[in-house]
Amino acid sequence: MPLRHPWRLSAAGILIVALGGTIWSIAKNPNVEWSIVAHYFFSDLVVNGVLVTLYLTFIAMAIGIVGAVAIAVMRLSENPVLSSIAKFYIWFFRGTPVLIQIIFWGYIGALYPQVKLGIPFTHVTFWSTGSSAIITPMLAAILSLGLNEIAYSGEIIRGGISGVAKGQVEAAHSLGLTPTQTTRKIVLPQAMRIVVPPMGNEVLTMLKETALVSVIAGRDLMTAVQQIYSQNYQVIPLLVVAGIWYLILTSLLSYPQRLLERRYGRSRVSAMGSSGSRRLLLGFTGSKKAALSHD
Amino acid sequence: MIDVGTRPNVIAKNVHKHFGHVEVLKGIDFTVNRGDVVCLLGPSGSGKSTLLRCINHLETITEGSIEVGGEFVGYQRQGTSLSELHPRRVAKQRANIGMVFQQFNLFPHLTVMENLTIAPTMVRDMSAKESVESGNALLERMGLSTKAQEYPGQLSGGQQQRVAIARALMMKPTLMLFDEPTSALDPELVGEVLTAMKELALEGMTMIVVTHEIQFAREVADTVIFMDDGVIVERGEPKSVLGNPKEVRTQAFLSRVRVQMEKEQQSE
Repeated sequence: MPLRHPWRLSAAGILIVALGGTIWSIAKNPNVEWSIVAHYFFSDLVVNGVLVTLYLTFIAMAIGIVGAVAIAVMRLSENPVLSSIAKFYIWFFRGTPVLIQIIFWGYIGALYPQVKLGIPFTHVTFWSTGSSAIITPMLAAILSLGLNEIAYSGEIIRGGISGVAKGQVEAAHSLGLTPTQTTRKIVLPQAMRIVVPPMGNEVLTMLKETALVSVIAGRDLMTAVQQIYSQNYQVIPLLVVAGIWYLILTSLLSYPQRLLERRYGRSRVSAMGSSGSRRLLLGFTGSKKAALSHD
Repeated sequence: MIDVGTRPNVIAKNVHKHFGHVEVLKGIDFTVNRGDVVCLLGPSGSGKSTLLRCINHLETITEGSIEVGGEFVGYQRQGTSLSELHPRRVAKQRANIGMVFQQFNLFPHLTVMENLTIAPTMVRDMSAKESVESGNALLERMGLSTKAQEYPGQLSGGQQQRVAIARALMMKPTLMLFDEPTSALDPELVGEVLTAMKELALEGMTMIVVTHEIQFAREVADTVIFMDDGVIVERGEPKSVLGNPKEVRTQAFLSRVRVQMEKEQQSE
């Protein structure tokens, strides 16, 4: 006779009732106005916003990851200038709210009204134009999100690289592999296994973070729904539209993450413990458990 | 190619090594002739592993020189002093020196066969087919033919260490370094690794072995070097160093090891 868990059962029951009630009250709440949700869900402005949100996510993550590898390598470099610059970069971009960085790039024209191409410290100018002509809201959004992401991903990649055992590098070197070959074939593939799960989180965070660019009219999904509800005052239904879209996108994006985790997790067993004795120990506890359950 | 047959394979002269202010090697001199097996014994912290790691430049040396096969490892002579070589040149030298580590250090993300073939294909430009063939031959010799497609984590410690030996042999080294190859193994798995090493010694491989296995040193070594506190205390044939040690420190060490071994035997 298996052990009964009366508290577990009743807690589950209470939660199901509470959850069901909440969903019911939202679904039946006349203020949500599902007909309006349906009406705007596939409207041109919203669908275009979804595409911009996806585009922003991918471009910012691409900048973020490429830059992050550079920052991580700099941070781990023995050159004190390089590692200090990397440390400063990470300190600065992680230490200020991304919302401030977005607005800052959006209003960069107030700081540098003109962009000039010329010889520094002289009056020679080949070409110049107003900053706002170059730094469009879209570019400001890409720059702020991308540069911010470099700092976060950089720390993740650094963690991955330093997480690879020192003996791995020594073994590769002892076989005659050059430092470059060692990094490419031995260190990075093993770092990937450590890097992929938190990187997947970064992508999902980025997708939702793009909503912040609505403050500089970044034309993303959030900007789109704000634009609509500022005209028709249907704030709740349009927030529901945006919320559902974000849920759909994050769910879709977690799928490739799972694939990558499987791809780089192939030899997990060995990452956990390479010594035979530890595996033997696990085997023993396993069999003990099996023996106990027979009683 | 340098003719290593006419001169000793390894020549270490006045080797000093500092870690910060701590001097771990305080002037080591020794030579290893081609085909010889040298066992380095000594208490932990005596500097024997550091010395081994200096031989293939995993550690830099502070003073002195180490030659393998007629070349300074990691350095080149410039006038009267030695200057450090570019990492790519060091890599070329290391390719001829096999190393086996205490913790095996197999690549966990690669299969056994990929562990064997990665260096020959990348460093020696050997074709994939040829490297798999010699990989299979070596695995067979190590009694591991069925394990080629498995990952290191699926093998026992003894099997992993034999794969590590095979991986080093794939490069056809002229010298093999063993850094406490059996210290991380369960007692019942030590034998299979020592047997593989013994066979290698019989085939005439030049070997330097840092070990605590006195019995192995007695049977296989041509020379035993006893180190303590960064210096060589005593060296010679195993039967004199191990059977009839002259130095007090050697005697103390050997009796400690003997007591330890008896304790282990009793507890089994």
